[in-house]
Formats: sequence, C-alpha cells, structure tokens
Amino acid sequence: MKFIDEYRDADAARKYSELIHNITTKNWNIMEVCGGQTHAIVKFGLDELLPSGIRLIHGPGCPVCVTSLELIDKSIEIASNPNVIFCSFGDMLRVPGSKKDLLQVKAEGGDVRMMYSPLDAIKIAKDNPGKEVVFFAVGFETTAPANAMAVYQAKEQGIKNFSILVSHVLVPPAMEAILSSKENLVQGFLAAGHVCAVMGYNEYYPIAEKYKVPVVVTGFEPLDILQGIHMCVKQLEEGRHEVENQYSRAVNKEGNLNAQNIVSRVFKVGTRKWRGIGEIPDSGLVLQDEFIEYDASLKFGLADLVVEEPKECISGIILQGIKKPNECEAFGKICTPEHPLGATMVSSEGACAAYYRYRIKP
Amino acid sequence: MKEFNLQCPIPISDYPRVLLAHGGGGKLMHNLIEKMFSAAFSNDILQQDHDSVQIQIDSAKIAYTTDSYVVKPIFFPGGDIGSLAVNGTVNDLSMSGAVPKYLSLGLIIEEGFAMNHLWLVVQSIALAAGAAGVKIATGDTKVVDKGKGDGIFINTSGIGLIEHNLNISPKNIQNGDVIIINGDIGRHGIAIMAEREGLEFEHTIESDCAPLNEIVQNIINAGIDVHCLRDLTRGGLSSTLNELASSSLKEIIIDEISVPVHEDVRGACEILGFDPMYVANEGKFIAIVPAKDAAKCLEVMIAHQYGADSSIIGRINSADEAIVKLKSRIGTMRILDMLSGEQLPRIC
Repeated sequence: MKFIDEYRDADAARKYSELIHNITTKNWNIMEVCGGQTHAIVKFGLDELLPSGIRLIHGPGCPVCVTSLELIDKSIEIASNPNVIFCSFGDMLRVPGSKKDLLQVKAEGGDVRMMYSPLDAIKIAKDNPGKEVVFFAVGFETTAPANAMAVYQAKEQGIKNFSILVSHVLVPPAMEAILSSKENLVQGFLAAGHVCAVMGYNEYYPIAEKYKVPVVVTGFEPLDILQGIHMCVKQLEEGRHEVENQYSRAVNKEGNLNAQNIVSRVFKVGTRKWRGIGEIPDSGLVLQDEFIEYDASLKFGLADLVVEEPKECISGIILQGIKKPNECEAFGKICTPEHPLGATMVSSEGACAAYYRYRIKP
Repeated sequence: MKEFNLQCPIPISDYPRVLLAHGGGGKLMHNLIEKMFSAAFSNDILQQDHDSVQIQIDSAKIAYTTDSYVVKPIFFPGGDIGSLAVNGTVNDLSMSGAVPKYLSLGLIIEEGFAMNHLWLVVQSIALAAGAAGVKIATGDTKVVDKGKGDGIFINTSGIGLIEHNLNISPKNIQNGDVIIINGDIGRHGIAIMAEREGLEFEHTIESDCAPLNEIVQNIINAGIDVHCLRDLTRGGLSSTLNELASSSLKEIIIDEISVPVHEDVRGACEILGFDPMYVANEGKFIAIVPAKDAAKCLEVMIAHQYGADSSIIGRINSADEAIVKLKSRIGTMRILDMLSGEQLPRIC
C-alpha cells in the first residue's frame, strides 16, 4: 500500500539498524513520547533491532491512560443518567473507573455511543432536543481542534443540550515533569509526530535548551521510528541537544495555525490531574469562560468530585518510563485486558496492553 | 431446590451482566462458552470443539451446526442478513468436509418491520440456498413487540452428509502442516463498519460473504489429506488461529507478508486503528494440510472462484505449546494474541 509499505520495508529497516549500531558507543535512554509509537515499537519488534545499550522508555503519550480516575468516574456518573446520551471515542469505553467501566453502564441500559468525531455528537444533540448530549473530550493536542470546533459550533448554532467532559492534556508540560523528576532516566526524546502536526515544534526549543536533551519530532511507521532513533542517538553521541524534525512529510515548525486558533478560542491552559502521576500545573486545557456553559462537569454538578487512585497499579511509574510493563508484579497475572487494574492495560496505545498483546507472557 | 443452587462458573463479581464482548468472538466469549456452556452441557459430541459436529447415525455420518445472525445493517455491500444466514451455516458444515444438505430457518421479526424488506431478505435466502445447493427444509416465525427486537434476527441450523474418510479436526493438526487461506482478509468487517458508521472510501468495500462448500469439496475430491478446516468469522484470522492453537496444543507460525489484505481494507484499518488480523470475514477459511500436499491444495483452491487469491500463510511448528507467533513485515517475531473484547477505534 502506497505511503505505508515504503515505511515498513525490511531491507531499509535493517540498514537503519546497522547505521544505529555503527554510531552507538555508549548507553542511552530515549523516550518515545506517544503511545502510538510505543505500539509500533512493540508490534514490529523494533527494539530487537537496536544495540543493547539503547533503552527505549515508553512515555506518557496515551490520552486514555493519563485520564484521571476522577474523570472516568465522572463520565460513568453522567452516562448513568437516564436523560443523557453519552458519546465517546471507542478507546475510553473499557477503561476501568473505581467500580465499573462505560461498557458496563451501557449493559445496564445507559445510552453510551461510540463516536469517530465530536461533530457527530452535535448532530445527535440537534436530533434529540429532549436529551442532554455529552461528549467525552479526551486527548492531547491532536484531538483538541475537533473538540474545540464542536463546542464552537454548538454555541454558534445555539445548541444548549450539548456539553463536553474536558480531559485534555498537553505534551510539553508532561515532558518537563518527567525531566525534572529526581528519578528521571530520559536523555533524549522522540516527540509525538501527530501532536506536532497540530502544534508545530517551536515549544520544544526551550525544553531542549533548559534540560540539554535532544528532541526529534518522529512519525509512527517502523522506518520513521528507526530514523528518529538514529537522529537522536547521533545528537547524543555528538553531545548536541537540538530540536530536529524526522517527520517532515507531516510536520512543519509552526504547525496547523487554523487548528491552533480554534483551540485557543475555545480552550485555555489549566491545571490537570494525570492518572498515576498527579496534578501537573498548566498541563491541560479547560474551557474559556465564554464557553463555560458547555462544561459537563459543571452542568452535572460534579466539579468537586475527588477520587483517590488505587495503590496496586503502578501505571504512573510506567507512564514516566521508570519501569517497563513486564517489571510490574501484577502484569499478566492479576492485571490483564479482561481484568485491567489501570488504563495502560486497556487502551490501544497503552504500554502494558502493547506488551501483553505482542510479547510472550511471563 | 438446594441441589440446583450451583455456583455460576463465571464469577458474578466480575461480570454481573452480559456485555457485548461476551458475544464478540474474543476471550470473553471463549470464557463464557468454556466455563458456563461447555461445563453445563458437557458431553462427548460437544467436546469435538469444531464449527460443526460429526454424528454417526447407523451407517450415516452427518455434520450438524447452528448459528444466529443479528447483523446491522441488514443490507450491506456484498450481501445481507439473508445470504449471510445461509452461507454462514453452509460454511460451518463445510468445515467438517460435509456436503451441506438441509437448513432450518428461524425468523424473529420486530413488529413494524417493512414487508418489502422481509421479501428482499427471503428472496436473498432462496438465492443463496440455491447457489449452495441446500434446501430450506423447515422453519419458524416469531414476531416480537416493537422495540423488543432490532428489525430482524435469523437463526439457521444445518445438516450435511460426510462422505469422506478423513479426520478433519483441530485435534488432527500435525507438526509441519502448512496453513493455506483462500483469499484476502477483513472485507466483511470493514464493509459492515463502513455502512454502519457512514464511512466512505474511494471504492465501496464489499463483504466477502460466500458459500465455501464447493471449494472444500474440490480439495477433498483432489485427494488431499486435509487435517483441519476452519472458517474465519467474527474474531478474524487471529482468533481462529488462536482457537486452533489451543485445541491442538500446537505452535503456529504466520508470515505477515503472505497474508493477503485488500488495499482498501488496509487503508480503512489504518484510519480506524484496526488490525485486519482481527476483522471479521464471511467467505474465508484456512485449510491445514501436510506439507507434501500443500502445493496441490493451493492449486485446487486458486482454480475456484472463491479461492483465486489463495496463499500459504504459515505452518505448524514442532514446539508443543499453544501459541500463535507472527513474523512481522520487517522480519521480527511477536505473538499474535486473541483479542480480549471487541476492537475499539482509537482516539488518535
């Protein structure tokens, strides 16, 4: 298939593997930020092609995994309301809340619908004026523009029975939180290509400078990732810490300005609680005051709900790359996709799910 | 009543209610079948663990199976619930190497269902039965209250005659056997998904819904020592292979590059975040045959209209461990696991 097979070519992959072997003289820890990259690495076994001294650390870039238990419980509370049509991306439906997940709410009679676009939820709101339609606005900078557009259109069209449960998170603050942690192991980053397609990569220059780490904007196909690793290792070996762009076929420095405009029109930066990590200041998006009537958390009186996370799941440590999924005591034993302890075992981008699905069981 | 108060084998604390995934063809469904149904009905015939069971009645050997069809939308590119209900049961019988003969037809219709749609479905059933050479021998009709059904549900059961002396069963899979598929995977699932969700692609992706009795008979008539046959349905190629690995206790090695996937299906899967290995099929099967017969079997399959794109996709390894491994496109090795529930489209 054109534009796919070229990036999955076995010969080219071997060549890149050789190039990386040739330039590597020391041990390096490189974090791929995005869960999509983690899955490609594990699915294609890319780490098997690397020198033993290169350790890939799986980053926090899985929106499903970092959504706090609190927000999952809020979504379940709202979805259980008989007057609500609850709309969500498919990924979120199986994430365990404190007591159950959204699929169980559906089995109990809740109207929970899987969507591909928040704009479809607007249409449902128009078609069901007697119901409250709530969209679970999850994601990094990648999904923010479409979610912002849905709220913007709802306001433009005077649709009152629509709201979003905002759970947006931002990549750069998470990278900073990891780098400033005492336990940090990360020496270089593969930045998330799709996030950069929206945001560009200007925001990474201060991070690369302040923490002296190379940042390589990287795509998602096997060759993208191998090339990204090669660029990152080359910088590390040469003692450089620059921002480079491997994914130039999709990303430019400024990003998608139209998308950024609608995001900043509807959302502003605010504090966000990350699952397993805790609160990170200025690490999320919240609705601007002008659009606050579309905040489902306020509309359903759940703004003050606080939920503590269980202790046995170490997803926070996994998400910071301090431990690998198979180093968790519960992995594959009491924690499986059928009985997940945390979201990293559920999401199609979660590191634990990737290890469970593609690696031999412990 | 005390003696009937047996503990439910699926802990209620885990799943107090049935989820969609309990019928999705993945691990949850297999758990339900194994722990609840198989345990409750345990008998020698059920233990055959195959798409259709073989029953000996005096000198006649017959194959017997049943399946229910709840597909939505009921009309989709490449087929409809009627042709699906016939072909699905015909194919289950064919996987025993049987010649399908008679089908029963049970209709559960929702009050208010359009009569012309019913007529279209019935015509489609007649057409598919004619094409597969089976008779609709008996039937039943029930109508449920408006809102208590979803348009129309169909159940078919079927009987076929087993005229060969082969042992076609997962338990007969041997080390070194070769796995052949009769064409590209994932078309039915993507056709349904596209129709259901209103997704449009450059070309309409049509379901692969087709009867497989003739191509299977051609293989048997060619004198091939077939060890196992299995059609791929809901859970896709991956679930089928995992089922076979666990019932045969064999290690299966699949070569990703040799598994045919139509361009449009690959494209759709890339967009939706699906893996074609887990997407549903309705006209695909795998034949597991000894290496010595593989070339001939492939030749016979390619000669048939429902096997033109047949391909050898893997083999049974000598390690006696129930596992499916996939040699990836770039040459690395990983496991090909069974899905836990349904595949869910990803966020980004």
